[in-house]
Amino acid sequence: MPHRTFFFFIFPSILAMVLFITLPIVSVVVQSLFVQHEAVLITVENCDPFGCSEQTRVDTEAMAKLEAEQPLGQFAGFSNYLNRNHLAVDEIGAIFADNQGFGDIVSRIFNLPFYKALSFTLVYCFLVTPLAMGLGFAIALAVNTLPGLLKGPTIFVSILPMIITPLVGSLILAWMFNPSGILGASLQSLTGDPGLSLRASPVLTWIVLLVYGVWTNGPFSFVVFYAGLQTVPQDTVESAKIDGASRWEVIRHVIIPHLAPLATFVALVQLMDNFRVFEPIVGFSAEANATSLSWLVFNDLVGQDSQLFGSAAATSVITIVGVLILLAPVLRRTWREFNQKAV
Amino acid sequence: MSVATRRPAALNALILAFLVIWVIAAAFPFAWTVWGSFKVEADFFSRQSWWMAIEGTRTQAQTGSAFTLAGYEGAWVKNEFWKAAINTLIVTLSVTIISLTIGTLGGYALARSGYRYAFWILIAALIFRAMPHITLVSGYMLPFFQLNIWGVLPTTIIVLVAINQPFTLWMLHSFFLSIPKDLDESAMVDGCTRFQAFRMVIIPVMWPGVITTGLFSFLLGYNDFAVTSMLLAQENQTMVPKIASFLGSIQNEGNVMFAVAAVVSATVPLFILVLFFQRQIVSGLTAGAVKG
Repeated sequence: MPHRTFFFFIFPSILAMVLFITLPIVSVVVQSLFVQHEAVLITVENCDPFGCSEQTRVDTEAMAKLEAEQPLGQFAGFSNYLNRNHLAVDEIGAIFADNQGFGDIVSRIFNLPFYKALSFTLVYCFLVTPLAMGLGFAIALAVNTLPGLLKGPTIFVSILPMIITPLVGSLILAWMFNPSGILGASLQSLTGDPGLSLRASPVLTWIVLLVYGVWTNGPFSFVVFYAGLQTVPQDTVESAKIDGASRWEVIRHVIIPHLAPLATFVALVQLMDNFRVFEPIVGFSAEANATSLSWLVFNDLVGQDSQLFGSAAATSVITIVGVLILLAPVLRRTWREFNQKAV
Repeated sequence: MSVATRRPAALNALILAFLVIWVIAAAFPFAWTVWGSFKVEADFFSRQSWWMAIEGTRTQAQTGSAFTLAGYEGAWVKNEFWKAAINTLIVTLSVTIISLTIGTLGGYALARSGYRYAFWILIAALIFRAMPHITLVSGYMLPFFQLNIWGVLPTTIIVLVAINQPFTLWMLHSFFLSIPKDLDESAMVDGCTRFQAFRMVIIPVMWPGVITTGLFSFLLGYNDFAVTSMLLAQENQTMVPKIASFLGSIQNEGNVMFAVAAVVSATVPLFILVLFFQRQIVSGLTAGAVKG
């Protein structure tokens, strides 16, 4: 295809991506270097029949003028990245300089908002992905043994947790895990602890969020692996059996190697999606016990009259760097393959 | 199948038990919430026993019948959920149509160009695909405020289309690759321009791929929370941010059943979608996997 035609065909797509993906990334980087203006305070004298008093208040007029002149706020350099709500360099230094052993270090670092969010995001990402893939693989193997008539309805039901709106899905589970919901109440009576609830127990919150993650991510792996199972060469399976392979050995040495390329693809997609975990935190109202990087950005932006654009942008940039690190192995491999092809 | 006949009974029982547990885990939350949405709060969130939600004891006492539409009335009529539903309809349909239009053009170009830059565009799209949406949103907010285009539906639609483009491009690109080049080339030999060949020859055989990709664009627009909740003003909210706004205000007033009814209402279209397009959804996920 000649360059001109190519450009003509792809132009709308590229324009949309440049305007609304590339430019916002630039905008985020720029914004992260600014902080919102400090409030301009003025002192006014209020006089009434009982005398005069001095009052300090925010000068809204001056603020509006300042914001119109410099909408980005004040230039702040890298201070957004280094302050307590982000990388917290000073605090980390203080913790390492003066602490009472390893446990103390961990618990104090965990109390810093950024590290709290980062730890949950990483745990969610790297636990949910393999667990959901395992669950999906098991369902795929099991559904494959079903008679044809039952397959359709089982697949239908299995797809639901994946297709559901993340916020809606997490709300549905959150209501069931509510202390007066069916699962929450059952948990209380099972453990004999009437105070057990998501709000009270950080451990339970993490577990329930991970369960939600596996529940909603499992079906994707299931669908992909199930389709992969249909293409397993039956000859190889038969000959493995003739050679005396047990059922487990067929799975281990024939089916799993056959599905390995698919598994790489699923793992990549799921890692990318799980790294942006966000809606479950809102749905389960879990922010007291578990937050994520995306939720931090959301929380900075959602403030009604004081949106912390600089702070949100700094977290966003750090998140984007995280995504790039996550993608690095894939990108490096593609780069190598591409260069080999070119040579 | 010869494999099935030789499977020992114990293994069969194990597989069946596992599947039954999974099917319950996948379906029960929905069934329970749909059932509970027709009860009053004291039943659905019963402090005494969950059996009350099944029998509807309190619902009977409060409304005189075991089922009540109070939650739906509260959500749709009192809190104007219908407006949000209409907005969702506008947003998702526009997103799907625009995404497919510019996506098919771009995907076709990528599939037919052998040059280096096509490869790099695909890699860039992969990276964009991985960006958490909320990080991009924090880049939009300030410029949109300045340009005074924040809060309205068209802005949100365009943003969702753009966020959706990387995925759409990848998917359609792999569908176009499966259509032989000879087809459009012979059309061009017969005197078609490139665009005519695309429009008259390729698109008619591409329908299955377009429909499948369209389903996923629809789902992205429908399920999005990050973009719609941040970029839409209160009066323009779509269903998902509306539900989120129910959580704060209405839950505190003891009207949590409004939110439950709204959640069930938002789930119904997805059920219908899966019911009719199960095969396309499955094939779409697989196509991406096999080719990608």
